[in-house]
Amino acid sequence: MEIFEIITYFLLLALLSTAIRVVTTSNVIHAAISLVFTLALTAILFLMLSTEFVALVLVLVYIGAVIVLFLFGIMITRAPLGKNAELDNDKNKKLGAAIAGSIFLLFSYILINGFDGDVTITSGSSTELLGEILLSRFVFPFELVSFVLLAALIGGITLARKDEALIDEDQV
Amino acid sequence: MIVQPVLVVAAALFSLGIYGILVRRNAVMVLLSIELILNSVNINFIMFDTMLADSLMQGQIFTIFIITIAAAEVGIGLAIVLMLFRNRQTANINEFDLMKW
Repeated sequence: MEIFEIITYFLLLALLSTAIRVVTTSNVIHAAISLVFTLALTAILFLMLSTEFVALVLVLVYIGAVIVLFLFGIMITRAPLGKNAELDNDKNKKLGAAIAGSIFLLFSYILINGFDGDVTITSGSSTELLGEILLSRFVFPFELVSFVLLAALIGGITLARKDEALIDEDQV
Repeated sequence: MIVQPVLVVAAALFSLGIYGILVRRNAVMVLLSIELILNSVNINFIMFDTMLADSLMQGQIFTIFIITIAAAEVGIGLAIVLMLFRNRQTANINEFDLMKW
């Protein structure tokens, strides 16, 4: 049990350092790659908490799809690759650090005072039960989310589409 | 596993995301910071789900919903950034003053 605690602390430390790198690096590609590491470490944390289905969803959806989308966005908007001193707004740095620090202090004060204790990790899979609950008790929000995804799909196509394309179609 | 360090790290991820939103100039980097915030919320949900051992597993179910909505949000957000880039030739949010008077 002792080694488990040590692994957890190392994991949390690595999570924190990669997250700091996401917001402080002056290279856009490095920020995206650091986010990949942050999400992978989060997935490992979820696995250690025996919620393996959520960990797999995180890897598939975030690392598999969202990060690729981000890299596309970075490439298409022609953000200067490599080091870029213009990436941060230096005027806001002190204010941002003050706001983020006070939020962190407030949250950690509340969380440390409010919650305490040990979590006992149960072995075995909970995925079957999760699927049953998702498709019985939560079936309405589940279907609603599928509509949200459809709306996002149509909205994304509509927004990203060039107006000239419509005109060209009319001419043809 | 002790609860408190995980919760504090999740709070730290949240505040780092806030810092990124306030400081970053590139709109895509702001969206990356929003992902960081959503990730910290996911960690909190999973931690409380394991801690409370809820029979309905609402923590895990909410996390799955959050991941789905976040994917939709990234798609729409990047489409908007792309359209702004096409019209303005820049992705810097301090130059998007279309709705300022």
